[in-house]
Amino acid sequence: MSKTEPEPETAAPRLPGPPIPSHADLFLAFFKITLSGFGGTLPWTRRMFVEEKRWLTAEEFNDVYALCQFLPGPNIVNLTAVFGSRMRGATGAMAAWAGFLIVPFCVMLAAAMLYERYGDVEAVRRVLSGIAPAAAGLIVATVAKMAAPMFRSFGPAPIVLLVTAFAIGLMRWPLLLVLIVIAPVSIALAWARLSQVRR
Amino acid sequence: MKADGDILITLTVQFALMSLLALGGANAVVPEMHRQAVELRGWMNERVFTDMFAISQAAPGPNVMLVTLIGYHVAGLAGALVTTFAMCGPTAVLAHFLGRTWDRFRDAPWRVAVQAGVVPISVGLVGASAIVLTQAADHSWLAVAITVATAATAYWTRWNPLWLIGIAGLAGLTGFV
Repeated sequence: MSKTEPEPETAAPRLPGPPIPSHADLFLAFFKITLSGFGGTLPWTRRMFVEEKRWLTAEEFNDVYALCQFLPGPNIVNLTAVFGSRMRGATGAMAAWAGFLIVPFCVMLAAAMLYERYGDVEAVRRVLSGIAPAAAGLIVATVAKMAAPMFRSFGPAPIVLLVTAFAIGLMRWPLLLVLIVIAPVSIALAWARLSQVRR
Repeated sequence: MKADGDILITLTVQFALMSLLALGGANAVVPEMHRQAVELRGWMNERVFTDMFAISQAAPGPNVMLVTLIGYHVAGLAGALVTTFAMCGPTAVLAHFLGRTWDRFRDAPWRVAVQAGVVPISVGLVGASAIVLTQAADHSWLAVAITVATAATAYWTRWNPLWLIGIAGLAGLTGFV
């Protein structure tokens, strides 16, 4: 893949493959994404990787993102690690990871300092008392969008969803205990259903 | 400074564990963060927690940076570093290793079953976050109205959520909430 000598002139004309980014490329790409990342970083990541740099095709991007949604932890941070690691191994993952986290960390640190200092100022209190219910509303909409397709299909998924939300959201039970019980049950139900469908 | 060391260790362990349990991303563990920070350990009250969640939604960058705010509140700069590393580090290592074997198992029946079983749990966890946050943030009818209006607009339109946050902040500033 990382061939450096030029193609012989006689070779059939071939589209150049996507270049493999260096460690610096990885760091800078994710660094730049976070600079433009107001209102979510995912669309910017896709634009840079698929459209501008052509490091991944649209299908490859979807595949990588599917893996990152499946893994525990912050999806987009996982994406930096998976992509960096595919391009340049463990050190590539670190470069991408660091490039992605540096700006948000500094922004949040500044926000934290401002909040600790001015959080009790009347005007700040008022703004935050308006933003807090809106932020909660955004999560409600996110859940509604994700849950809607599940409630349109038969199977165990809607019940698992409701039991999980009930146990954690209303009963406030510890996450670890709830997952230890519900994850094997849900996977077993999915397995049973899939083998039923396959037959 | 023994107490400081103790609290940094607690932060590291709790947030590293949370990151590995965060099926469906950072929003899935908001209830567990709330349980740890407000109910169990008394690091902050309900109001500070909802403020921090609101700031993490309004600021640029991924939502997971909520942990940076919590860490700073509990233990200053060291706390912010520790919670951010603990939340973003362990699963990145996992992603590095699984990213290499993933393709091999793409069509394996067990992988399909695991994925099908995990997705409803992760949606349920974000649902739990929605419950915890609305209960914490909505103290007045106007606050409830803002939550409902924001949710409806975000669900049925493609407006940038930042506009909704801005309008809500303005409504708060002018004293309607």
